[in-house]
Amino acid sequence: MSCNPAIGGLGKGHLVREIDALDGLMGRVADVAGIQFRVLNRRKGPAVRGPRAQADRRLYREAMQAAITEQENLTVVEGEAADLLTVEGKVAGVHLADGREIVCAAVVLTTGTFLRGLIHLGEKTTPAGRFGEAPALGLSDTLARAGLRLGRLKTGTPPRLDGRTIDFPSLERQRGDDPPEPFSALTKSIDTPQVDCFVTRTTAETHRVIQENLHRSAMYSGRIEGRGPRYCPSIEDKIVRFADRESHQIFLEPEGLDDPTIYPNGISTSLPEDVQLRIVRSMPGLERVEVLRWGYAIEYDHVDPRELGPDLGCLKLPGLYLAGQINGTTGYEEAAAQGLLAGLNAARRAGDTDPLILSRADAYMGVMVDDLVTRGVSEPYRMFTSRAEYRLSLRADNADQRLTPLGLAAGIVGEERQRVFEVRTDALKATSAHLRELSLTPSEARRNGLAVNQDGVRRSAYDLLALTDMTIAKLASVWPELGDIPADIAGQVETDAQYAVYLDRQQADIEALRRDEQLTLPAELDYSGIGGLSNEIRQKLSTVRPATLAQAAAMEGMTPAALTRLLSHVKRGQHVRFADAG
Amino acid sequence: MDTIYALSSGGLPSGVAIIRISGPRTREILTATCGSLAEPRHAALVPFRNLGNGEELDRGLCLWFPGPASFTGEDCGELHVHGSRAVVQALFASLSGAGCRPAEAGEFTRRAFANGKLDLTEVEGLADLLAAETEMQRRQAAQQASGALSRLCLAWRERLIGLRAEVEARLDFSDEDDVGGETLPLGFVDELRRLTDEVKRALAAGSTAERIRNGVRVALLGRPNVGKSTLLNALAARDVAIVSEEAGTTRDVIEVPLDLRGYPVIVFDTAGIRETSSAVEQEGIARGRRVAANSDLVLWLVDGDDDDPAPELGEVPCWRLQTKGDLKAKTAPSDISISAASGQGMSELLDRIEEFARSVSPPTNEAVFVRERQRRVLADLSETLQLCVAGSQRSDEVLAHLLRQATDCIGRLTGRVDVEAVLDRLFMEFCIGK
Repeated sequence: MSCNPAIGGLGKGHLVREIDALDGLMGRVADVAGIQFRVLNRRKGPAVRGPRAQADRRLYREAMQAAITEQENLTVVEGEAADLLTVEGKVAGVHLADGREIVCAAVVLTTGTFLRGLIHLGEKTTPAGRFGEAPALGLSDTLARAGLRLGRLKTGTPPRLDGRTIDFPSLERQRGDDPPEPFSALTKSIDTPQVDCFVTRTTAETHRVIQENLHRSAMYSGRIEGRGPRYCPSIEDKIVRFADRESHQIFLEPEGLDDPTIYPNGISTSLPEDVQLRIVRSMPGLERVEVLRWGYAIEYDHVDPRELGPDLGCLKLPGLYLAGQINGTTGYEEAAAQGLLAGLNAARRAGDTDPLILSRADAYMGVMVDDLVTRGVSEPYRMFTSRAEYRLSLRADNADQRLTPLGLAAGIVGEERQRVFEVRTDALKATSAHLRELSLTPSEARRNGLAVNQDGVRRSAYDLLALTDMTIAKLASVWPELGDIPADIAGQVETDAQYAVYLDRQQADIEALRRDEQLTLPAELDYSGIGGLSNEIRQKLSTVRPATLAQAAAMEGMTPAALTRLLSHVKRGQHVRFADAG
Repeated sequence: MDTIYALSSGGLPSGVAIIRISGPRTREILTATCGSLAEPRHAALVPFRNLGNGEELDRGLCLWFPGPASFTGEDCGELHVHGSRAVVQALFASLSGAGCRPAEAGEFTRRAFANGKLDLTEVEGLADLLAAETEMQRRQAAQQASGALSRLCLAWRERLIGLRAEVEARLDFSDEDDVGGETLPLGFVDELRRLTDEVKRALAAGSTAERIRNGVRVALLGRPNVGKSTLLNALAARDVAIVSEEAGTTRDVIEVPLDLRGYPVIVFDTAGIRETSSAVEQEGIARGRRVAANSDLVLWLVDGDDDDPAPELGEVPCWRLQTKGDLKAKTAPSDISISAASGQGMSELLDRIEEFARSVSPPTNEAVFVRERQRRVLADLSETLQLCVAGSQRSDEVLAHLLRQATDCIGRLTGRVDVEAVLDRLFMEFCIGK
């Protein structure tokens, strides 16, 4: 991990739970390595709750390597991948820099920020994949040779601080949840010691130092061509774009239990070293801080993800799968989710099986892949819950119910998870069924202190859960046996019951989406030949070339009228005729 | 594709008539008719010649609009000729002789739509324009065609995006310093309420628009032989109902659409209200009462010496009209005294009906929603926004869900709102990024 060693968060926590539901490693490893767990958005509603953990960098690496080593039928070969072997336009293997060749039917390429990586630190630029490591130069040529469109993106990292020189007692403390909530359905408890994070702020002095030195920033001197993310701006960007803000919060996050390194979250920068030191020392608690490593900006190549199919395979180079930052995404969770799908589909290709494709209605993973392959990226792509139109259905708490059956069918879910999943599924079903059987009259409800309309209609315990602030625990005062339902089962059933009215309507939308997903649009469709489309929509369609009607429907500016026109054109295969406009 | 032509100005004779031509042969036809072709979109004074024998038919202005930057998206032209029937007919004959054909009703609009020149709301406005018979209707249709509706919807769309950005920031970036507290700012709820009210009002204005399309409904009510049919005839200035001295002549309801000083008005003449044994007449009276109850205005006609109370009609305004003002002395209180025969009081009555028609017609600068499809979308939007107002106290994620549905509604009129638009706004307004 070269950035902040944190896993999960808003939107990203959903991805971790989904990876876990498909028996991926990230959640389990983060549970071992996590040194501070927090569930974000606790009060904003169950669908946007995001589990997050600060991880110990060393523990995470060790746990991940151990888990990979334990994996049966997996051979790890280390070396620099220099080129792809191709036969008749298809991938046939990998050529390593030391001359070795590995022959295979499918390759997953994950390059991180290494493709023609270029680090900017003040006035200096250094070709590098990340701090202290050489960039990958040859592979960019390989990809360009295959005819893939490449783009250039930028990201940044803050200076790392020496925690032994920080005045923590003077700073605001941020504690984790107690007890910590694990990511993985397989984790019974968090046993790693937990620590606190701290908060400091930028000051007027910080802003002055940055203002005076803007011309020395790689970002502001025009040396960087790649586009950085809007949601992760450098501190220079924040000061310039939001000049009216007097101060910005900076989180001080420990990188490990026995590691003094502190990650100051919020001051990613490409200013020169002397300015970085003045910046950090202008903040409360950091007056005497020492810097262990300087912050920098890094530019790197990525492949336009519109070169990929929904299985993350390259359309122009069958057998090549791409995952992670090479597809224009940012973040460990986004990369891991793609890695899982790309790896699974590469294996399925090698085994001559159809790919597993997740829809926007199945998972955040499906939302992300669909966004990438249909829209491409103009900045590093990060998961947000707002990207999921079926957000109330795609919750972190039901990831297993949504995805584990698909994982089981694909043969990637192990026995232990299958057992845990089945137990949990049975408990959910039994609880819902039981709640639907229990019922009472309005007057009985009133006697038990439950406020319902005195309309004479009998209500089931499940119906009662739709009342504001109703919980299974409260219903246990009427039916004591409900007190025995485990908290996670009760929580999910409560949410389903409370959101039933929205989920039902969303279900209808999802079914419409699935129908539209079945309706494929021919790749060579001539949009200029379709009447009744505005020029703007026509142009967008010609650029995006949606693969299905569902993708067309999701485009900005699309109207039902234009969709109807598109649909009838495709169905008739000829110029659309329409009735009088009146 | 045929080259088509049509008279695109009003009825003949008129000062100037405009013949519009569209289609692939427009350039050739214009050049031959006018002798030369002016610069695109510039008016030129030219002779118009018969395409058969070269005879000069008229002199006037010619305009040339090469496609696709034209109304239909095809090559288009306009001949501004003197508006006599003879001139127009001669030019039509010349165009037909050269292989053009008269356009079918709405064909220019259909071509424009097929070429992506108009969106659906604009087309629906134009469909009304084609059917517009009166000045008010024409103005309303023209207003919609110019995109007043589109502009209003686009403004709402922008405001909805702003509201969504505010809520989504609280969901996706609640851990950010800049995003602020647990509760939504007061301004948010105010803005949500304002928007909800505006949509509600526009929906109500839509029903006013229905009225202007069909006309203001005025029902004539009164005892038999009080002079309802005589008044109707005077209003219509032609004999439309049977007028006789025998009471109870009008047994059914007669409906006469009128152009009353630019306002479309539909006058309903009803059977006289009285106790009767005739089943036919009884049915006529019942229908009359129903029509009156569905009217915008009831004229309750009374004889000069009569002080009958007006029938109970709920909220429909009712004016008391003393008829036969020339025959009888005014004894009972009334709003207006008229004599259809002598014309006494008629101009006062017309003034007052015109004023009434104006008061119930929509303000001319406000976009109104005339089509059922639009009305339904607006009704959905209004309902969803009201749920948002009610739900703004519930969890943020439910509010966000409802706001997404509201933007989906407006998207059905203006084009889909993509989450990128929301994120753009969000990143513009909040400093995000730990």
